[in-house]
Formats: sequence, C-alpha cells, structure tokens
Amino acid sequence: MDYLYYPGCSLSTSGKAYDVSGRAVARLLAVNLVELDDWNCCGTTPYFSAQGLGAFSIAARNLAIAEKQGDGKMDLVTMCNSCYMTLSKTNHYFAEDERMRKDIGAVLGAAGRSYGGGVKVRHLLDVLTNDVGLEAVKAKVTRELNGLKVAAYYGCQMSRPGAEFDDPEYPMTMDRLLSVLGADPVEFPMKAKCCGGMLMTTSQDVALKMVRDVLSDAMENGAECIATACPLCQINLEAYQGDINSKFGTNFMMPVVYFTQLAGMAMGLTRREIDLGRELVPNTVSFFRDYVAA
Amino acid sequence: MATQVGARDMGRLSDVFLEEISRMPGGDKIMACQQCGTCSGSCPTAYAMDYTPRQIIGWLRAGELEKVLNSNTMWMCASCYSCTVRCPAGIKVTDAMYELKRLAIKYGFTPRGVTGNTLATVFQKNVDKYGRSPEMELLARYYLSTNPFGMLKMAGLGLKLFRNKRISLAPEKIRGRDEIQKMLQYVREKGEW
Repeated sequence: MDYLYYPGCSLSTSGKAYDVSGRAVARLLAVNLVELDDWNCCGTTPYFSAQGLGAFSIAARNLAIAEKQGDGKMDLVTMCNSCYMTLSKTNHYFAEDERMRKDIGAVLGAAGRSYGGGVKVRHLLDVLTNDVGLEAVKAKVTRELNGLKVAAYYGCQMSRPGAEFDDPEYPMTMDRLLSVLGADPVEFPMKAKCCGGMLMTTSQDVALKMVRDVLSDAMENGAECIATACPLCQINLEAYQGDINSKFGTNFMMPVVYFTQLAGMAMGLTRREIDLGRELVPNTVSFFRDYVAA
Repeated sequence: MATQVGARDMGRLSDVFLEEISRMPGGDKIMACQQCGTCSGSCPTAYAMDYTPRQIIGWLRAGELEKVLNSNTMWMCASCYSCTVRCPAGIKVTDAMYELKRLAIKYGFTPRGVTGNTLATVFQKNVDKYGRSPEMELLARYYLSTNPFGMLKMAGLGLKLFRNKRISLAPEKIRGRDEIQKMLQYVREKGEW
C-alpha cells in the first residue's frame, strides 16, 4: 500500500521519535510512506491566527503537491493531529465551497500551482486500523504488551470537527489498536480533551490546569502510562509534570509515549527502531524495559 | 501593519468581521445563535476568558465588536473545536475565534496580558521566511519580545530537550520559499483577508 507522507515541522525536531517509530511500524505492516516533496508548514493554529486566506493557501500548496506527486491516486498521510486537522479542514472547505475553491485556486496560481481537490487526507492511526486492519496488525505482534494499563490519549484535533474515522466525544480507534497489541486500555473520559496546545507558551497557568486534569484522569483510572498521537500533546503532557507537581501538589511521573512506539514494542522492534530514550519523564525507559529489546 | 481604529470605524469593522467570517463555508450561521451556551459549557478555558464564547457572539450581534477585540477571549482559545462539534446551530465558533484574532492583530488591539498575538505574528513571519516552523527560533523570538525572563525560566526545559536531541538549532528551509512569497504577496496585493 503506497501513501504520501506529510511529517510536519514538529516531527523533525521535538517529535522525532514519532516520525522514526511511525515509519518503522508502517514498514513492518507493508505501508509504504513516500515523503511529500518539499512540503511546507501546514498553517497550524498560530498561522491561522495571523492569516486567513493565506493560511488556507499554504495548506493547499501541500495538497497541490500531493495531487501531482501521487497522480491523484495516493492518500496524504500525517501523524500530527494539528497537521491532520489543518490539511483536512482546508481540503473539506475547498471541496464544499465554490468561492473558497476559487479564492485558494487564485492564490496557488500566483505560485504556479493548482489543485483539483483529488487528494484524501488521512491520519496514520486511521490507515493502520482501517486500511491495514486490526487482524493484520495482530498477525505482526510477537511480544504482547502483557496487559499494560494504558490511557489512550487522542487530544482534540484528531477527531474534530470532520470526525472522519472516529467519534469526536469518545473516540475508540486507538484503544482497539492497543488491545490488539496486548495492552489493556483503561477507561479515560478525558481522552479527547485538549492539552492546551500553544497556550502552554502564552498562558501557562491555564494550560497546566488542562494537563493536570488529563493526567489525573489517567492516573485515577489506573493507567501506568499514556499513549499519544500528536507531538504537541506528547510534549505538553510529559514536559510539565514537574511544574504541575509543584503547582498543584500532585505526584505525577507518568511515561507519555507515542502509540506507534507501543506498536513497535509489541512487534518486536528494538529500542533504537522506535527511538525510545528521548523522553523527559525519567522512568520512561526503565518502565518499558520488559517490552523492548536493548 | 496595525492600523488604529477610531470609534467611528467600529461599525465598519463589524461589517468586515461578518463579511470575512461568511467567506468560510457555514460561516454566516453565526446569525443563527440562540445563546444556548453549549459553546461556553464545552470550552475548557472559558473560566479564564473576559467574555465566554456565548457572550462573544452576543456582543457581536449587539454591534459591540470593540469590547470583544479588547478582551482576552479569543487569545484563550486553544482551538480544540469542542464548541464547534457541539453547537446545535452548526456555528463554527473556532473559525470565529480565528477571525477575531486576525482582526485584533490587523487593527492593533492588544489587550493587557495577551501574548498570543505576538506568538502568532512571530510564527507567521518564520513560516513565510523558511516555509517551515523552526521551533527553537519561534520560542526565542517570542520570549525576547514578550518576556526575556521567561526565557530563563524555560532554559531548563530547553537544555533537557537539547540533550535528548529534540531541538534543532538550524531552521529547515523548503526549496519553494519563493512560492510562499508569491502567494502571500498576491494575498496582500488583492487586499484579501
């Protein structure tokens, strides 16, 4: 199965482990990810806060390249929730609305690009569960996750507002995938609540409370670790646990990893192949030692 | 560039808001708001906003856009889209928040304590220059222009990320930077939103 792959800016820096583990798991499952040529920033939240049509248009440049590179036959896959939301929303608005189509088309035209609306935007989680399928994933599991109590954290932008492959209020796709890997996903009502996103930079007190609420819910439901599907969620959930502990008198030391890293563990990949070890919660590697080869 | 807006022009600005929000599919549904408050009840940051999302739509309809643009509300929006998926009238509340942010930046409304506008502006400039967002440069420029001491506070985290090879010092650049320039120039020349 061939797909075009849009990594997004975070996956080459702070979220590198997501890129490495996602590509490795995809390869094992015969999902061929071909990187989108010369992709640009999707136009995520802060860009849309400063630009309107300009933001839709830079998002659409990626879609235009994808249509050309994949000959209109390849889906565009991303792993970052925010890239997914931005590209998918642009694609929907482009398809739904004639004026939008005309406006974006004109801006793209200024750069010698054009887009005909022939690309589908997908999240890797969607591809693994719906195209590859849980049966095929299960067949690749060589080391079951042994009832690992995991809280599947979707964050907000993956399942809203298009909600193409899961429920916006209580998504289950990742839970089902983790079950197939041998993990035991816990009930987790905060699973689709926001991590605070960029508010962690601009209004930290507000964002710390949001993350505290997510971590508390995971812990109260017995989770030993959290699985995420977004680089911003990952860093917000793990990097500020110390600040939250001092501010709220809590005692969090909760490993937060990407769902692709857990999938890699279950499929027998090495620690290096899933890029485990870049985490900021100090006990992360030792916690997973039983599951990953050296 | 930010333009100062006198009281007389606020009515016109309301028109700009409605015109631009209507450019998005379903954007004009904002006039169908019945003030039920589902948006405010769904919003994880409403408690920290000067006006809740429901109140914002109320002020818009009352022609009091200035109150809204001078508030911190849209800058407390994390874009989680909870309001948007739940609104029984199908109003795209998150898109409205984006539009308010853009108007506030464009017309120079800078409510006290708000720095989301700086982050957005720095982010945009970086992307326009490189085609991608350099995380390191974004945070450095943001802290320099809002709170240089905040940078010291963040240094610990920065160091940990650096040690774990999660920060790249040199920004990535795309080949098609001129394409981005041409697109944005077109948007500017046409006076587009």
